[in-house]
Amino acid sequence: MHTAMQQIINGLSLGSIYALLALGYTMVYGIIKLINFAHGDVYMLGAFWGYFIINKYHVDFIVALLSAMIVTAFAGMLIEYLAYRPLRNSPRITALITAIGVSYFLENGMSYLFGANTRNFPQVVQQHNYTAFGISISNIQLLILVTAIILMVLLQLIIQKTKMGTAMRAVAVDQEAAALVGINPDHVISFTFGLGSALAGAAGVLIGLYYNSIDPLMGMTPGIKAFVAAVVGGIGSVPGAAIGGFLIGLLETGVQAIGLSAYKDAAVYVVLILILIVLPAGLLGKNVKEKV
Amino acid sequence: MKKSMMKRVAVLSAVAAAFAVLAGCGASAANKGNTASGSTIKLGVNIELSGVGGGYGEQVNNGINLAVSEINKDGGVKVGKKTYKFKTVTQDNKTATSTAASIAAQLTSKEKVSALIGPATTNAATAALSNATKASVAQVSPSATAAAYTLQKSGKVQPYAFRTAFTDDFQGTKAANFVDDTLKAKKVAILADNSNDYGKGLAAAFKKEYQGTVVATQYFQAGDKDFNAVLTSLKNKGFDALYIPGYYTEIGLIIKQARQMGINTPIVGGDGMMDPSLTKIAGAKNVTDVYYTTPFSTLSAKTDKTVANFLDAYKAKYGETASAFNALGFDSVYLIKQAIVDAKSTNSVDIAKALAKVKDLKGVTGTMTIDSKHNPEKTISVEKLVNGKAVSATTVK
Repeated sequence: MHTAMQQIINGLSLGSIYALLALGYTMVYGIIKLINFAHGDVYMLGAFWGYFIINKYHVDFIVALLSAMIVTAFAGMLIEYLAYRPLRNSPRITALITAIGVSYFLENGMSYLFGANTRNFPQVVQQHNYTAFGISISNIQLLILVTAIILMVLLQLIIQKTKMGTAMRAVAVDQEAAALVGINPDHVISFTFGLGSALAGAAGVLIGLYYNSIDPLMGMTPGIKAFVAAVVGGIGSVPGAAIGGFLIGLLETGVQAIGLSAYKDAAVYVVLILILIVLPAGLLGKNVKEKV
Repeated sequence: MKKSMMKRVAVLSAVAAAFAVLAGCGASAANKGNTASGSTIKLGVNIELSGVGGGYGEQVNNGINLAVSEINKDGGVKVGKKTYKFKTVTQDNKTATSTAASIAAQLTSKEKVSALIGPATTNAATAALSNATKASVAQVSPSATAAAYTLQKSGKVQPYAFRTAFTDDFQGTKAANFVDDTLKAKKVAILADNSNDYGKGLAAAFKKEYQGTVVATQYFQAGDKDFNAVLTSLKNKGFDALYIPGYYTEIGLIIKQARQMGINTPIVGGDGMMDPSLTKIAGAKNVTDVYYTTPFSTLSAKTDKTVANFLDAYKAKYGETASAFNALGFDSVYLIKQAIVDAKSTNSVDIAKALAKVKDLKGVTGTMTIDSKHNPEKTISVEKLVNGKAVSATTVK
């Protein structure tokens, strides 16, 4: 029982990272129907920014987190402006391939500039363990969970209560109609990329702090798993992505808990296949019929 | 999409290798093997200076260069009445199997080298071997550790494949002996890297040899960062020691996460975790009661003059403390030198024959005797780390 509870805590802290990443996938998909494969690499950029600013200016965790969110937000908007905006009216597959290209560019560009070695992330928050009823949770795990939940609530507020959020939802429904009522879709799309990338940047810093190890290819696997999480939750649905992220984290932990650690990645992809066959719209996705 | 890319690269490499083989054929037809002309013996160095294995290859290459300059300074190699100097022809194989194969062909047919050193990684060494064999030139890999490297598909030994490092089987077996005899652990949990032959090979050999009970065997992938779940489930099983064959990037994280969740048993690994980054990733205070098997321990310099001289010479030339890979590169050159002296010939076929018979050669990585499978039999050390620093080395026989 203790072990099971402990594993749930492990799963939730892993899942909160997937959830933060999945939100970026789902928001971008919701607006321009693009699966932004470079999203995992934006997360890597966030981790490297945190590494850089803490080592160079000895800032504390909050400053590192917020500045990483700002930097990755700009990085996300820049990627959108340079790589995806010129392709706005091209077929979807073109943008998808470009996204893969951007992903490779970021991974190899960072390897070229800073080396492919694994670096140790500066430990700005000392780790303590709190133990209750035989279950231990570290302050860093709590920090990750709390930060992730605060960011998700903020995101929900932005989408539901602000003018920009309303504009985002309008563009997601019908870009042309939104433009007719005076919304500039380019601004909205840019804002969406910024928002999603900021969440990825935050996840990058949290992961750096948690595992103390970052490298230019660190975004690859979590990126793909977060994409699965977004699909499981229903791609395009914001609460769905959050739930999907936690589910994938728990699933991965559960598979290892029963002794099948060699198959933990395979289990995630099996879920992707099953969801696509049984419930293509995901848990919370809307089942929209496409008109021919 | 990554997978399909890899597949395409593999197909292209196979095609490139096939061409390289054809190119190799034509050149070696006239006289069997290569013989030194003038008063220099050419050594072909086919090494990883960039790509994934670049870090290891660079270290091996420094060791090779140190050995060559030392031998030349001491007067060179005496073959009968004539004295030769070594000359290295070094080419970067970029850790790519196709490049490694074509470099082997080029070095043997165009440069007419008498012996080949490298590649450092098992995959590249295996890919390069067929061209070395076609040209009848021995290839000594300093650090290829997979057992299959020196063997043909039928199980017979490859006549031109040699190595300076010990095999994965040997290392895993000795780790098991150490856990049995020195740590006296009755129950062991294994957590192995299953994304390469190294981790799987060590784990399999360990399991075969270990006398106590293996309570659980779990696997991870290169690039994994979260081990909390798997460690929690292992912790629940109860064990006296944890065996984790893999590389320092993941092992560092495993040590950190294990110690943080209160796993205080000894942790044992292989030479893949030998890197200063290990302590940086894991945090110095977590790296206590941690052990690894290694061909080379700087601590043995206190009792071993060969090692002490090597460490001094390396520091003088490169300004840093020598690593195991430096030592393996260094010993590879001396292994070839011994074979040339024994063969009394600079012909590559004679050198290969003599290599197979090298006995009790004192090197910096131990005293080597080449066995029937072309693997070096030598002693193995286990270094103990306390607060991230190696404090003692035990020799396992």
